Amino acid sequence: MSTGFPSAVLAIVRKDLRAELRSRDVISVTAMFALLSILVFSFALELDKVAREEAVSGVLWVTLVYASILGFNRSLALESDRGVLDGLLLAPISRSAIFLGKLLGNFAFTLIVLVVILPLMHVLYNKPLLSGWLIVTAVIGIFGFCAIGTLLATMTVQTRAREALLPIALLPVALPLLLTAVRATNGILRDTEWQVWLQILCGIGVIYFVMCWLLYGYVLEE
Amino acid sequence: MNDVAPIIEIANLSKAFGLRPALQGLDLQIMRGESVVLLGQNGSGKSTLLRLLAGLSKPTAGIIRIGGWEMPKEAMAVRAQIGLVAHQPLLYDNLSARENLEFFGRLYGMAAAERESRMAELLDRVALRRRADSLVRDFSRGMQQRLSIARALLHEPDVLLFDEPYTGLDQAAVELLDELLGSARQRGRTVIVSTHQLERAPALAARAIVLSRGRISFDGAIEGQTSGELGALVNLDAAFA
Repeated sequence: MSTGFPSAVLAIVRKDLRAELRSRDVISVTAMFALLSILVFSFALELDKVAREEAVSGVLWVTLVYASILGFNRSLALESDRGVLDGLLLAPISRSAIFLGKLLGNFAFTLIVLVVILPLMHVLYNKPLLSGWLIVTAVIGIFGFCAIGTLLATMTVQTRAREALLPIALLPVALPLLLTAVRATNGILRDTEWQVWLQILCGIGVIYFVMCWLLYGYVLEE
Repeated sequence: MNDVAPIIEIANLSKAFGLRPALQGLDLQIMRGESVVLLGQNGSGKSTLLRLLAGLSKPTAGIIRIGGWEMPKEAMAVRAQIGLVAHQPLLYDNLSARENLEFFGRLYGMAAAERESRMAELLDRVALRRRADSLVRDFSRGMQQRLSIARALLHEPDVLLFDEPYTGLDQAAVELLDELLGSARQRGRTVIVSTHQLERAPALAARAIVLSRGRISFDGAIEGQTSGELGALVNLDAAFA
């Protein structure tokens, strides 16, 4: 008896969403952090209009990145704290299905944060943050970041200092992706050259996703 | 498949955590339908052996074959035949009993109708039918352990592994667990139980394997032995290993 890959992925995503809808462990923390972060940046940059306009893409990505990190920690802690990850590992499913299931769950949670903060930033920073290409850029960047985040959170969640260790491990690895996402976002907001950055972002996103996909099975081994 | 063929074959199995050996050169055969109790002091390697058999850990050296499938090469096929009840219940706190079983049923590729009937049967057997829609986080330790047993039995595995299943259970839960173990044996399942409760060992299985510092120090029949005799076996073996 073994399970098809799509059924296993779907079961894990559905389980994560159902548990989250009930507990709101991940969404409440990440959305609250994101809202506060945007407000703090908005007040801090209020007096300097130029700095404020130049910092918008940075504020967006810093907020998304740290909110996601909080989410990764909590999402993977739900699996490891009571040894439930062993329950997943006992099942006759591929490790890649576990990766994709957890990745899609984390991606969905981060997209919810994006949906919350983009309209707010649009109003607070008076920038066209709801444009189609900017949303596409954000979605691709978030997907790539969630791929690395899911992989590294699975590694660090077993450690005692997981809250501190995850950003230390994750941010240097994700730097190329984040820099490209910020450049693409900046370009879209200023209507300067952004297409090439978006293409590079897609390329880096695909590379990161494939690498994490391939490495996940090893991470789950002792 | 021959009924007396070994379902579990272990050859020269070793496991080390860093430089610390947990199991050293184990050779073992367990027949289909046989019940075995694993005894040994803390740190003797009982849980490590069960984790290796469940495919949750990779051996440092040696071969494990379950139902003819070799680990870890054919781990997917092996995992489909294994049910594990561990120290922790391996259940999601924020899901109900029914949702937990449904989730694991999906992971084991069970069709919807089969899953539903099996869930209903098992919730009855572990006396949780009336609490099927309650969240696991509201369950007592005994109720969680009962649900954990239902999770392990859900896909009707050929091999059942129990790691210290009596820990923290009240009398009613202990009696239910005894009944479920008896029923699993009657149905011809291969059952391996690790326990510190020596007085229970002869009732759990006719054969005991005593582990001492990662090696098998005793493997044989324990029918009629008292807990004192078994205690001497476990402690003496540890002392002279």
